[in-house]
Amino acid sequence: MSLASSARSPIKIGMWLLLAPLCLWLLLLIILPHLELLTFSITDPEQGGFTFSFYAEFFTEPLYWRTFVRTALMSILATILTLLIAFPVSFFIAKMIKGRSKGIIFAMCLIPFWVSELVRTFGWMILLRESGVISNTLMWLGLTDSGVELLYTDATIMLGLVYSAMLFMVVPLVSTLDSLDDSYIEAGYDLGGNNWNIMREIIIPHAMPGIVSGCIIVFMLSLGNYLTPVLLGGKDSLWFTEQIYTQFITRFNWEQGSAFGILLLLLSSLIVWAGLKVTRQSFTKTMG
Amino acid sequence: MIPSIRQTRRFYTIYHSYLILFFVFLAAPLIVVAAFSFNDSQFPSFPWGGFTTDWFFSSEGDKLGFFHDSELLESIGLSAAIAVVTTFLATTVACTNAFLFERFDFPGKSFLYMLMLLPLVIPGVLLGVSILVFGSQIANYFEDNWLIDLEFLRPGLTLVVIGQFAFITTICTLVITARLKKFDRSLEEAALNLGATPIVAVFSVTIPYLKPAIVGAAIVSFLMSFENFNTTFMLVGSDAPLTVAMFERLREGSTPVLNAISVILMLGSGVLAMINMSLQKKK
Repeated sequence: MSLASSARSPIKIGMWLLLAPLCLWLLLLIILPHLELLTFSITDPEQGGFTFSFYAEFFTEPLYWRTFVRTALMSILATILTLLIAFPVSFFIAKMIKGRSKGIIFAMCLIPFWVSELVRTFGWMILLRESGVISNTLMWLGLTDSGVELLYTDATIMLGLVYSAMLFMVVPLVSTLDSLDDSYIEAGYDLGGNNWNIMREIIIPHAMPGIVSGCIIVFMLSLGNYLTPVLLGGKDSLWFTEQIYTQFITRFNWEQGSAFGILLLLLSSLIVWAGLKVTRQSFTKTMG
Repeated sequence: MIPSIRQTRRFYTIYHSYLILFFVFLAAPLIVVAAFSFNDSQFPSFPWGGFTTDWFFSSEGDKLGFFHDSELLESIGLSAAIAVVTTFLATTVACTNAFLFERFDFPGKSFLYMLMLLPLVIPGVLLGVSILVFGSQIANYFEDNWLIDLEFLRPGLTLVVIGQFAFITTICTLVITARLKKFDRSLEEAALNLGATPIVAVFSVTIPYLKPAIVGAAIVSFLMSFENFNTTFMLVGSDAPLTVAMFERLREGSTPVLNAISVILMLGSGVLAMINMSLQKKK
């Protein structure tokens, strides 16, 4: 070994030592398992050859593809609703209050999400079920004579999805809006803009990176949600993750389940890719 | 819309009522969960049977309190054990990742960084099943060819730890990298000039500087592991961690003991959240 390279080699060794855990983690726990899932979904379990039958099964059985489309559409709707609900709140936190009260109000948004999703969903069940809080309040007010069952509808699932993903929209929105200089908004008004112009021409373009990363995360969380549809939607919730669970655990049909998993992965990658493309954002910047 | 630009009274009235409604919406489920843990009835719903703390402390009868429910207590122990192991592994690998991405340049770095972020956009259920399939395939292979039984690759606690580690590491890496980015490297160089070896310099200067981020990452990781359901549910064997045990009971329709445990969980995560936020502030 020459002198020059021996001076550099400890650094090189250090780099390889740091590279090892990263590569092992990504290769063994992320890449290979998903490749295995793919192989599983296109291998005939009896003969071992290539088969497309598990995907064909998906397209020929209406229950499967309808559940798939339904999950995708409801997740998109949930993402839009979450954005619409979260935006005014994030704007208030980022732009309309300062100092101590800002910290407190922001913390008030964050704290509910430190609590387990299971507990939050349980709370909604207590609120919405027939013997629950809202139903009883309505009876007490004389608006209905008997209890109303508010659980197990699509609207309930939507409510649960929006609720459980709210934080992941508020945080990126607050952080991008925070970086918008007030003087831009003031300049907009000085130039004769009204609230609507300013919102469309200044605030929304500036907040775009936050909007995109919020939407991507909320969409992924809704698509992959299991608890909310199962607990708030009941037996007929028809959520695709539930289909995957059923194939794997209940029916023990791993090949079919793998095919479903790959389809879900394709759908989510496609939508994330399209979202980034349309808004011209980069994945690394948006997520990191 | 900003304080320096006045709006009409009506605008503020509508805006402020919207915000109040929003916070009621956020808090409502948590408040009712807590309230019904004191309901003297078999169900966490109306009619209100009076105030009781039996769902926490009662040791017998049909209102078995949470502190005497051995099944739930055991599942808490399991969850805590899983969370401790996952946290340790995830924060360790996250530290090495942070140094790698911040201090070294190598071909394919940005590609690896992108791969590192991927677990954020893989649904938890999917991560769970892919690791389940992969683990079982390896276990089958060893069993068929060498008659070696790799029990830990079958559904069970080790696989749960592996599955949670797979995505929690990403989050820890982001937290720690963010702080390492702000580190002033001249401090490290000063240590080197004073005769420290690179390793000593890193451990005596850089790591203490990173400590708030490492503790913060550990808290987040502990909670994410403890509260994880999606990935865990796909990988559990016969022993049920807390979230899985709670889920099973929720489906059967449970007594307010579930509310009692939820209250304890809220207190626990509340305390951890406060610690984490005060750590962030000190930065």
